[in-house]
Amino acid sequence: MGTHDIIAPEQRRTLSVLVEDVPGVLTKVSGLFARRAFNIHSLAVGPSELPGLSRITVVVDADSKLLEQITKQLNKLINVIKIIELAPENSVQREHLLIKVKADSPTRLQVTQAVELFRAKIVDVSVDSLTVEATGAPDKLNALLEVLEPFGVREIVRSGGLAISRGSKSMTDRALR
Amino acid sequence: MSHLTATTPAMLASKASSSAAGTSADPRLYGPGRTVAPVQVTGSQSIVRSLEELGVTDVFGIPGGAILPTYDPLMDSEQVNHILVRHEQGAGHAAQGYAMVTGEVGVCIATSGPGATNLVTPMADAHMDSVPMVAITGQVNANVIGTDAFQEADIVGIATPITKHSFLVTDADQIPKVMAEAFHLASTGRPGPVLVDVTKSAQAAQTTFAWPPKIELNGYRPVTRGHSKQIREAAKLIQGASRPVFYIGGGMIKANASEEFHALAETVGAPVVTTLMARGAFPDSHQQNLGMPGMHGTVSAVAALQRSDLLITLGARFDDRVTGQLESFAPDAQVIHADIDPAEISKNRTADVPIVGSLKEIVPELGFAFEALVAKHGRTDLSGWWKQLNRFRETYPLGYATPEDGKIAPQQVIEKINQAAGPEAVYVAGVGQHQMWSAQFVKYERPRQWLNSGGLGTMGYAVPAAMGAQVGNPDRVVWAIDGDGCFQMTNQELATCAINKIPIKVAVINNSSLGMVRQWQTLFYESRYSNTHLNTSVSDSGGEIVRIPDFLKLAEAYGCVGLRCERPEDIDAVIAEAMAINDRPVVVDFVVSRDSMVWPMVPAGVSNSDIQFAQNLTPQWDEEE
Repeated sequence: MGTHDIIAPEQRRTLSVLVEDVPGVLTKVSGLFARRAFNIHSLAVGPSELPGLSRITVVVDADSKLLEQITKQLNKLINVIKIIELAPENSVQREHLLIKVKADSPTRLQVTQAVELFRAKIVDVSVDSLTVEATGAPDKLNALLEVLEPFGVREIVRSGGLAISRGSKSMTDRALR
Repeated sequence: MSHLTATTPAMLASKASSSAAGTSADPRLYGPGRTVAPVQVTGSQSIVRSLEELGVTDVFGIPGGAILPTYDPLMDSEQVNHILVRHEQGAGHAAQGYAMVTGEVGVCIATSGPGATNLVTPMADAHMDSVPMVAITGQVNANVIGTDAFQEADIVGIATPITKHSFLVTDADQIPKVMAEAFHLASTGRPGPVLVDVTKSAQAAQTTFAWPPKIELNGYRPVTRGHSKQIREAAKLIQGASRPVFYIGGGMIKANASEEFHALAETVGAPVVTTLMARGAFPDSHQQNLGMPGMHGTVSAVAALQRSDLLITLGARFDDRVTGQLESFAPDAQVIHADIDPAEISKNRTADVPIVGSLKEIVPELGFAFEALVAKHGRTDLSGWWKQLNRFRETYPLGYATPEDGKIAPQQVIEKINQAAGPEAVYVAGVGQHQMWSAQFVKYERPRQWLNSGGLGTMGYAVPAAMGAQVGNPDRVVWAIDGDGCFQMTNQELATCAINKIPIKVAVINNSSLGMVRQWQTLFYESRYSNTHLNTSVSDSGGEIVRIPDFLKLAEAYGCVGLRCERPEDIDAVIAEAMAINDRPVVVDFVVSRDSMVWPMVPAGVSNSDIQFAQNLTPQWDEEE
């Protein structure tokens, strides 16, 4: 998707987009980003608590003016029901990471210690590698990656950012009338 | 109705963002509003019945494999008249022309695959110019979608970026609902094209038809009532401005708000500029109208925007052809921006006072708010502003030079057509020099008098759009003012016009070249004419006469009357001859000078202040008064 870490972190914004779960809706959303040259950092999609509605969490690199334009353009899509920005200070933001790292007998212990330090989990073991699962804020995951890098990273899978607001209110409250 | 319940997280936007701004509540269904009890029909009958209940009387299209089932009941419809075009692009532009003159949704029909892809250009065109249109396409059977079946194309995928919305219908039961939703989407809010792609299997299936269906568009709630606080804010700026300008866009015509605007303009007394899409939104004959702004706008209109301290932007979108170099556009102006589409506001130029809503409602309210302020605080004197603008208007009027080669001046042809046909006629242009001259030299006195492809700039728009306009306005004279390049892209629809007795008049402004490109080559490429000679009246070298094709013979081959005019002294007589023919289409080949250029001009990417009213001549802005 977008190029990593070129835009300052304060330019990274998280949008939670409630959409109708109809064929093609993801294409409509992602296509909009592409054709208007909006830079997507990550995009994650899945069902919401309401039947027929999905939630797309999209992390974009944008200043306030661009974010306003992105939001307005998204709102024009007929299948988009609602959009909110989730600011870091009043939301929980997480990302899920799976990483396959080289670990033979001389290094296995070091890798295991690093994994423990980051409160990550080892979910698969083979003779010369370990698969690690970690959840956290993007910064934490990047730090883990940095630590594991010297051992030899074979494969990385990241979910993209997920976010939910703090407090009891739900984004879907009164989203449909 | 308000969604503003949560304090955190901050809501950026929702479909009904403010309790003060009204939204159209239960949407009124498009069409005459009849009720039909459930009946057993096929999907294709359901499509035709839906069209009937939506009030559709004219559609343009071509049948083919995947839409065949629908053409069968279409044959029996007493209400829906289908006009068989010669190319799907023609159907699309005809639907646009129909929509532009009537204000109703234009409808075009095509089959799957190539039929559907031939509608891409008109859909993109309608999207850019906010034209209400519904395109119905056949799709291959649902069980073979995705198998690269014969004449399969993912038209919903292709059309998504160039339509307001696109539907794929695989279930026949959904047809009435989707059709009603398509017409609702196309005609409300910011109008636009909507695609309804129906599989052949859905057309063939048995289903129930009943009317009205229930519209379920939870993600679509266009705001129509402007925020009253914002309107008062805007009125305050207008009351205090000493150099205000009304910057009017095509949205004024789409909103049918010209009458309301006329009153507002006279109440405020500020100058008015009408963009390419807004020609006719305010009468050209009105003292306050400075004409068209932008790349080929009048000096006074461009100057008014550049020197303004307040742009009262109504239904316009700060297109690059209007602003020139954005950074230097109207540098001293505050901006009021009213538009039905919130995404247009502050997209290119930041608005100081944004107003989202329909101009039909905003414009009169703005007038009341302004009058209330004037009653309290008096009005700002605009006489100095007008003195300045009148000087520009008088010193730099629109004009043209007599061609040195003794040939006809194209501008003169257009002026004379306008003199003969008057403001009650409809004028439809293609894209290029002839389009700009038509925008400049026809006097537009009423909305929907002028049709052209503004945003997309589609060469070939004129003939099919004129055809659609003539079907929509059978009692008006319709002139397509076309170029020899444009005309060759879509003139096959002359056959449709001749056979269906659609008596459009086509003026081919024949300069034997892709004139606008040639003009740029003259100005910016040292007169190196790469691939712009068309040999439709003179040869490449400019010497001998070459007519490939011979437009007169081509017209006759299509069952039209063909006329030719090559001398300035014959223009009046030939136009009179064309005006006298009302039972057939007429094509007039006006052989004009190749060297005529469109002036004034703001070269691309340059500040509007550097406008040239003739080659290398810029206005003297600060003359001693």
